[in-house]
Amino acid sequence: MSLVLLILIPLLGAVLVWLAERWRCGLARGLSLVVLGLEALLLWQVPHEAPAGGLWWLQFQTEWLPVLGISWHFALDGLSALLLWLTLFIGAVSVLASWRDIDQRVGFFYCNLLLSVAGIIGVFLALDLFLFFVFWELMLIPMVLLIAIWGHENRHYAATKFFIFTQASSLLMLVAILGLVFVHYGQTGVMSFDYGDLLRLQLAPLPAFWLMLGFFIAFAVKLPMVALHTWLPDAHTEAPTAGSVLLAAILLKTGAYGLLRFTLPLFPDASAEFAPLAMGLGALGVLYGAKLAFAQHDMKRLVAYTSVSHMGFVLLGIYALNDLALQGAVMQMLAHGLSTAALFIIVGMVYARWHTRDLRELGGLWSLLPRLSGFTLLFALASLGLPGLANFVAEFLILAGAFQRDWPITLVALFGLVGAALYALLLVQRSLWGAAAPQAKTHDCSAREWGILASLALLLLVFGLHPQPVLDMVQRPVATILAERVMPNTGGTDQVVQRESREQLP
Amino acid sequence: MTAWMGWIPALPLFSSLVLLLLGGRMSARLVTLLGVGSVLGAALLSALLIAGFVSAGSTAVSVMLQPWFSSAGLTIAFGFYFDGLSAVMIGVITGVGSLIHLYSAAYMAGDEGYARFFGYLNLFVGAMLLLVLADDFLLLYLGWEGVGLCSFLLIGFWYREPANGYAARKAFVVTRIGDIALAAALLIMIQQFGTLHIQTVIERAQLEWVATDWPFWVALLLLGGAVGKSAQLPLQTWLPDAMAGPTPVSALIHAATMVTAGVYLIARTQGIFLLAPRIMELVALVGALTLFLAACSALVQHDLKRVLAYSTISQIGYMFFALGAGAFSAAIFHLMTHAFFKALLFLAAGQVILSLHHEQDLRRMGGLLHRLPFSALCFAIGCAALAALPLTSGFYSKDAILLQAYGLHGGSLAWWLALTGAGITALYSLRLFLKLFFGEVVTEPRPDMRPTLVVPLALLCLLALLGALIPQPLGAVFAPLAATEVPAAVHGAILIMPWLGLVTGALLWRYGRGLRQRWNDSALARGWRAGWGFDALYDGLLVRPLLLLARLNRKDLADQPVQFVAWLSGCAHAWLSITQNGRLRRYAAGIAMGAVLVLMVVTL
Repeated sequence: MSLVLLILIPLLGAVLVWLAERWRCGLARGLSLVVLGLEALLLWQVPHEAPAGGLWWLQFQTEWLPVLGISWHFALDGLSALLLWLTLFIGAVSVLASWRDIDQRVGFFYCNLLLSVAGIIGVFLALDLFLFFVFWELMLIPMVLLIAIWGHENRHYAATKFFIFTQASSLLMLVAILGLVFVHYGQTGVMSFDYGDLLRLQLAPLPAFWLMLGFFIAFAVKLPMVALHTWLPDAHTEAPTAGSVLLAAILLKTGAYGLLRFTLPLFPDASAEFAPLAMGLGALGVLYGAKLAFAQHDMKRLVAYTSVSHMGFVLLGIYALNDLALQGAVMQMLAHGLSTAALFIIVGMVYARWHTRDLRELGGLWSLLPRLSGFTLLFALASLGLPGLANFVAEFLILAGAFQRDWPITLVALFGLVGAALYALLLVQRSLWGAAAPQAKTHDCSAREWGILASLALLLLVFGLHPQPVLDMVQRPVATILAERVMPNTGGTDQVVQRESREQLP
Repeated sequence: MTAWMGWIPALPLFSSLVLLLLGGRMSARLVTLLGVGSVLGAALLSALLIAGFVSAGSTAVSVMLQPWFSSAGLTIAFGFYFDGLSAVMIGVITGVGSLIHLYSAAYMAGDEGYARFFGYLNLFVGAMLLLVLADDFLLLYLGWEGVGLCSFLLIGFWYREPANGYAARKAFVVTRIGDIALAAALLIMIQQFGTLHIQTVIERAQLEWVATDWPFWVALLLLGGAVGKSAQLPLQTWLPDAMAGPTPVSALIHAATMVTAGVYLIARTQGIFLLAPRIMELVALVGALTLFLAACSALVQHDLKRVLAYSTISQIGYMFFALGAGAFSAAIFHLMTHAFFKALLFLAAGQVILSLHHEQDLRRMGGLLHRLPFSALCFAIGCAALAALPLTSGFYSKDAILLQAYGLHGGSLAWWLALTGAGITALYSLRLFLKLFFGEVVTEPRPDMRPTLVVPLALLCLLALLGALIPQPLGAVFAPLAATEVPAAVHGAILIMPWLGLVTGALLWRYGRGLRQRWNDSALARGWRAGWGFDALYDGLLVRPLLLLARLNRKDLADQPVQFVAWLSGCAHAWLSITQNGRLRRYAAGIAMGAVLVLMVVTL
């Protein structure tokens, strides 16, 4: 039941927050935090290990549309749990970050924020492909609203672009899901959207490839993979700070999660065949994203493009198809979530004080805002992969794993380290150093801002020096994903889905 | 002895953390106490450690402190490895480091970023100690990147001046190009051995790589990392610009310690390099070429600190030359003596620069002998050691390099370059000394004799003179070189070369005023002054194309097809909306035409 509650709480919370703001001004913010806090408590009390030898910590399944083989099927393993923790933490951070920024339709803002969070949590938990699709859509619509209503000058353009990109790609995914279901129906005579059933499917190479491509493109748009990334800079730049934080820190991760949870296990052979191309695109993304970030004048756009570069590493790691790289990719999801969220928050703080994000007009922040500058430096360094911070561990593991699979592509990606130095130090030099920018009146970090940034910094440092808990948490899910690849239809499957649920509806 | 080894890097790291977090609220006295005290403490601990190590027979120890992470069979740990090489390195880092810290307390007094300065400087010392103590390549890499970061932060310390920011960025990016090579070497090690534990990697390499190509590639990549950090050809261009940092930083990071990290790396991984003789030759050639080119550049610089910067590149070139010749202990010996005399020269230069109100141009200096006698003494000793005159520490180490290298490289181009370089070194040392202290007084100095400035300088003078007497426990680290017969003529040439340079210099100074004038304006001198045009070359070859590409593609080419689709649907919209513009006759015409069309289709 906890899994259902995990989704219900933010859904109901969203409605409640909206209503509460009508009742009393300012209540929405606090209430959103309470909802996320409840959610965290709930996640905390869930058993954090799988029963003897299994993969799933917790499962829930009950019928929805039995005729079509659709069920409410949720499950939690180490990978989803990690991403759930990230989601809750980043959710709280974005609530706190938008504490003063949002002054119009406050209730509706937090309602959308919580709805999006609910959708994301659903995505990380759903094991029925139809259900997954529902949540996939649920997380997008409120995000489009967040951009379109509370964004910056060019918000309508960005929101429309974001909507069309993701909608077109998720349509592709829907087609692929249906294709998969029909193949299953043709083979067994049973309609089923269930992950476990579809995993057992034997696919001919050609349909497998095309179906795989459908899933891949849907997730690659969200990741984003280079060439499909052009919605990202606009959406990230035009979104309000909280929206950028949610987008960069967790929404992008749903793409990577989809690749890990669905594309690789459902189409092991097709994925293996596709891997060299995907790795190449990942490496290309690392370099191309870095180059574009380096070229930007707008501080927020610069940070947005670094995501293309960092998520290129994730793609490279995922398709390296070995434990080292996959664990690295998950680590990178976490590290990128924390460091980029922090950078977006900093850009928001700078914008709130100067009303510009143009790096040509900024400068000399160090002499005016030493504390904020110190944080900026730290997160820029995290972004360039300084050892001791979480991003380094992630990139190192990805590179070490990818090198064993395909060394020439990895060597290309390695040049991303120079690219990262170029854009991160440019950011430092242009915004922090130089003569002080003219300003009306400025104040350094408030206690709230300091708290947000310090907690993000602390987590990056802790995971940089002691990443073992994270690696342990995802070790088993990663091994299972890879086992699926090696032995598509043998004993591995039973291990993947334990049919006996631990929970039943009363 | 090993239990408290972790405290040596921990002390400066911890104090740096405190200074960076709380330094703004501390009094200057407290900052000094913490900043200088922690490094002094580390120096004391190091001295105890080294004493214990030597008395225990100089056997290497390794200490496992804490696992870092382990994933899919790859385990990385925070661990230390302590042998003679680490002993020399931590001795130099903490010893010279504490003298420079002491000096900095006076040099930087009153600067608004006083606490930040010591925060960065201590972070540097901590990272550098991690680098040389690391038992694992990844921990070494952590230190390696850490010192690079501190170098960046300290070059850009006076951040208001845009030029400093550019110099800092250049230093970091250029060294990071080398770091890619180092990282690639680590990736190969993981692929081959599944571990980054330094000793294991070297042992297994010696067992399994003997008849393979791996040592060639790994050694080449390690060399790539080393030339970046140590400012050797072809990645030497960042060091002269790095002089934008405060002078104590130049002394500590860009002369005595960080830039020798490449030398340390090659010495540490000698087991792999010895398996790749072609790379060893390459190391020697890189060193020889660098030392020669940089010595020429040092000869014609107008900026006091740039002379010293090129001289540092050149002296590290000697170390690389020695490494390539297999004279590892000579290289480390020179590393130590160079740290002494170059730190002395930089700190003395700092004192001169302070006295002259931050004047660094040699053309506006002169005649300071009687006005700044103590600085003159320091420079005399430093320049003598740099020129390798007898009875100074530099003499013994450079002598050792040239003699030992003769066995392997005698008569080769590299060796001749190194020998000629010794003459040029003496020439530019003399030029520097004469320009500063003789001739006419151009700028009136304001003597500065604070004890915190004088004491470290005096101690460094002693070290530059007598440093060669410090024994180095390297016997167990490097295999002794096979003794080779060195002809007396060669030995003589090595001894005479510096004097040749001095005599030439003295003659030119006394009688060659017109010649010097013409030479200074010649194309060759200008080329040398600009560092042989490497900067211009890279600018044209890499920097400009990159910037152009960035500018051309700022709007992202990949977005254009998307924009085209949007434009197309906009057009289609405009076109289709004509059909419903509300004009009745258009509708009527449309209906009629449609009807005709349908009838045509039906009848045909």
